[in-house]
Amino acid sequence: MILPLSWLREFVDVDVSAEELEKKLFSCGFEVEKRTCLGENVTGVVVGRVETCKKHPDADRLFVCQVDLGTYGKKQICTAATNVFEGAKVPCALDGATVLKEGGIQKIKTGKLRGELSEGMFCSGEELGIGDDFYEGAEVNGILILDEDTPVGEDVKKFVGLDDVLFDIAVTANRPDCQSILGLAREVSAVLKKPLKMPETRYTPQKTAEKITVEVQEPGLCPRYMGHFVTDVKIIKSPRMLRRRLALCGLRSVNSIVDVTNYVLLEIGQPMHAFDKNFLRGGGIVVRRAEEGEQITTLDKKTFSLKRDNLLICDKEGPIGIAGVMGGLNSEIKDSTREVFFESASFARESVRRTSRSLGQRSDSSARYEKGVNATSPELGLDRALHLVEQYGFGTVTTLRRDVLAKQISPKKLTCSAKMINSLLGIKVPEGEIKEILTRLGFTVREQGKEFEAEVPLWRDDVEDWPDLAEEIIRMYGYEHLKPTLLESAKVTHGGRTEWQKQEMRLKSALVREGFFEACNYSFFSPKSFDLLKIPEDAPERKAIQILNPIGEDLSVMRTFLGATMLSNVVRNVRRGNAEGKLFEIAKVYVPKELPITELPEEKFVLCMALWGKEGFFDLKGAAEDVFGAFGVKFSFERGERSYLHPGVTAYIKLGERKVGYLGELHPSIAAELSLEEKVYLLEIDLETVKKKFAKDISFHPLPRFESVKRDIAFVVKEEVTCADAENCIKRACRAVGSAELFDVYRDKRLGEGKKSMAFTLTFLPAENADKPLSPEQVDTFFEKIVSALKKEFGAELRE
Amino acid sequence: MLDPNTIAKEAIEEAEKAESSRALYEVKMKYLGRGGTVTSLLKNMREVPPEERPAFGKAVNFLRDTLEAHFASLEEKLKEKETLQKLAEERIDVTLPGKKRDMGAIHPVTRVKNELVDLFMGLGFEVFDGPEIESEYYNFTALNTPADHPARDMQDTFYITNEFLLRTQTSAGQIRVMESKKPPIKIVSPGRTFRSDDDATHSPMFHQMEGLVVDKGITLCDLYGTLEEFARTMFSPSVKTRLRPSYFPFTEPSVEVDISCFACGGKGCSLCKGTGWIEVLGAGMVNRRVLENCGIDPDEYTGFAFGIGLERIAMLKYGVNNIKLFTENDVRFLKQFRD
Repeated sequence: MILPLSWLREFVDVDVSAEELEKKLFSCGFEVEKRTCLGENVTGVVVGRVETCKKHPDADRLFVCQVDLGTYGKKQICTAATNVFEGAKVPCALDGATVLKEGGIQKIKTGKLRGELSEGMFCSGEELGIGDDFYEGAEVNGILILDEDTPVGEDVKKFVGLDDVLFDIAVTANRPDCQSILGLAREVSAVLKKPLKMPETRYTPQKTAEKITVEVQEPGLCPRYMGHFVTDVKIIKSPRMLRRRLALCGLRSVNSIVDVTNYVLLEIGQPMHAFDKNFLRGGGIVVRRAEEGEQITTLDKKTFSLKRDNLLICDKEGPIGIAGVMGGLNSEIKDSTREVFFESASFARESVRRTSRSLGQRSDSSARYEKGVNATSPELGLDRALHLVEQYGFGTVTTLRRDVLAKQISPKKLTCSAKMINSLLGIKVPEGEIKEILTRLGFTVREQGKEFEAEVPLWRDDVEDWPDLAEEIIRMYGYEHLKPTLLESAKVTHGGRTEWQKQEMRLKSALVREGFFEACNYSFFSPKSFDLLKIPEDAPERKAIQILNPIGEDLSVMRTFLGATMLSNVVRNVRRGNAEGKLFEIAKVYVPKELPITELPEEKFVLCMALWGKEGFFDLKGAAEDVFGAFGVKFSFERGERSYLHPGVTAYIKLGERKVGYLGELHPSIAAELSLEEKVYLLEIDLETVKKKFAKDISFHPLPRFESVKRDIAFVVKEEVTCADAENCIKRACRAVGSAELFDVYRDKRLGEGKKSMAFTLTFLPAENADKPLSPEQVDTFFEKIVSALKKEFGAELRE
Repeated sequence: MLDPNTIAKEAIEEAEKAESSRALYEVKMKYLGRGGTVTSLLKNMREVPPEERPAFGKAVNFLRDTLEAHFASLEEKLKEKETLQKLAEERIDVTLPGKKRDMGAIHPVTRVKNELVDLFMGLGFEVFDGPEIESEYYNFTALNTPADHPARDMQDTFYITNEFLLRTQTSAGQIRVMESKKPPIKIVSPGRTFRSDDDATHSPMFHQMEGLVVDKGITLCDLYGTLEEFARTMFSPSVKTRLRPSYFPFTEPSVEVDISCFACGGKGCSLCKGTGWIEVLGAGMVNRRVLENCGIDPDEYTGFAFGIGLERIAMLKYGVNNIKLFTENDVRFLKQFRD
């Protein structure tokens, strides 16, 4: 919302600097996002009177002028402009002055033009940054000729409308009343404690025999429809003051009548529309819902096909405007317009919002209606418009007014007390101060015993309950009065993380200890990943929730697994020259029961790990075993498959009989597609299942009284016997085996085709209740048992 | 027969020539070992006339003791010398690089989250985790933001269906907490939030941490005090906190919270854009309607709520200049957050 200081001054006597005003506005909830001093780049330009103007002796196109600059004395200035004449008052940029030039700033210096001294430069409107809106004649080709009575030697800015400040103010969504000059003036008047001068709205209506009817069929969507008939309309260029103010606020001047409606929109915040009365068929207005498929062409020549949801302004034959959005082309104000019917209505903001969005048609009016137009403004706006019409001679205001009001509007009344307000704020604002502040803001305060009744001004739709009053008080009284307290009256509570939150933290620190960096990815990703990773058509991963309005296709489906986004992290890292790395992410995947979802999906925590560069499959596997081992979880692994992983280097991670994840090497063909030369290893584990098996706490096992005994064993088996097979067999054969760790695999022709030798270190533990250490004879017996079990199961031969 | 004195002289001469404890040992064995010179003297006792035997024996014993003592002292010196030699040989270049045990790091946003959670846990707050895909009721309606309310335009929402959306604020969790718990309530709820925004300071996914307190007699001053505690812990004990009016549909009064710029101390710099203040979060007293929506009597209880943007805090705290860095997961970035 742009607020020009000059316009504000029409309603409040601002007696503080622009900077001070900005601070005051900020403290009461209106942040000035930008403060612009008009003409701040135009300096040192003063009014001069051309005494003589003679042709340059050595240049045909130049003139040499003697200029009277009042207190600045008399100077000689050369010019190429042909519109300068003796006696003309002109803006003179003296030595050291700055003016605008082609979007930049030009500094003026004294110099010589073809041998003649020139102590400055005459300025055009463009060089001052103004158009005809600011000063009549500013757009002529040549120097700006000022009015004859402009005093010489003065700074030119105040005579050409450049001594103004624009405040660009952020207005919060609860204050649509401040989307207008008048609304902000109200706030300024309250904060500066200065009276508010209301805009002039008087006019003298002339009798008319004309009749125009207004029928509102949808009072819910149009709580008030006001209209007024104006005759003898003159469609002319608006006076400079109107055009300048519209321009300052970013609106283009169109013609007298349209400018008046726009002026009222800015000043009062009331959207208005003017219909050419001659195109009102049947002499009446009907406000109704559109028929399904009904068509209208709006002022900007776009044609829309409408729905029942859209509210229309119609004459007796058909639509002439989309309510609150835009008027129809058929009743547009033209140069030939002689009679006008002004509309000043209030439309339900939800209705305007829906219509504007569904049609994709926005306007300054719809923007205001969407924010909310308050109950007082249709009448105020209409009267202000009629006043302007009369004041500037744009037409004759008649007595013909229509006002269809669905329901008499009565102000809200809130019962409150100083005690209530102070108990919410936590400080003691004196009761007198409270009442004074409310009164300043337009509330009517009435005593009611210990309490008081505050009647809410009609323009303050946002004030609904007494805490709103507390906010009004504190923003005017000043937040600096608050004293920080730390929950003095609150009960002591026992805070803390949930079990899972603690586990998650521990899990993350364990992963960090293993050298992994925590990654964080968007929860949505590209559906193209499914194809890139060759995820089968019927795989559960493809059953992903889609976003209706994503930023782009690449961020359009919710993650059902983390591997795809993790892989893109790896690719990005490798492309940036990070030759090795280890990453993990713990995040939710979203598992819908059905698509489209009709209830909240299941959100499941998943761990994803990746590494590339120096380390490989067993480093990743070992890290996972280590980390989860600390939680008392021991996985088993078996050969697995996954569409985007190497068929020979992929394992399922199992907890008991249940598959809880996978790990493996990225499929070489996908790696090639991604131009990855490094091998990449990925792991994913369903934490939702695994966390249920996390040990609740550490439980101590008594230290063994006797030492364990280690012995190595090496045997030859067929190639297909896996390490896990052998280990399981050993453990089944002898319960005293605490661990069997593979330390070598050896292949040699001498062992036979398709054979390999495996070597394990066996650790034998004495029984917990044993009263003596294991004897060599006992260990020999264990060893024999193991050898024969391996022989029986795999045909293994012991290597000596 | 050799004279003990001659033997002693020879032995000592020989021993003193020994340059290592090994060589000394050999000398020792030559004289004192089994079959050594001194030992054989005793074996040959029979050849000594009986009357001289006691004196001879004495002399030999004396010789043996003398040599033993002498050898021992020589051995000690040699060992000392050898130890020094060994230490000198073992000398290393201590400036050679250490062997790295590469530790990873927690993500900076998680770091900020953990720090904040610890801070609020100390004040008695519980940690709550709510769903990221929410119904529009919890994300908007129950938070006093009915359909078509202009405040819904403040946030560009990602929709899944008409009814379900990606939560735009962790405030959605407020309602779930208040529905399931009776006052006193003190919770923080950190998590992912989503808005359709994408530039250098906005990411379509970011993290927020909601805070909510509901009890008897909670005031705006309590909100102020709590957030001041937050600002001092997170930034610096000298940081000042400022409240100013703002608007959120679910709080009344609503405030915007600024902290004095910790980079320039409030004088004005590029971080605070010359204002001396940095906007850090939004907060307010819980709207009576929100309490009512959750079945809490607003005449009996009051409360406050605040929402902190975790990326924003991390950017300020660590000087990260682009929000995208948090989701690019470049290891060179992540490595900077090791501890």
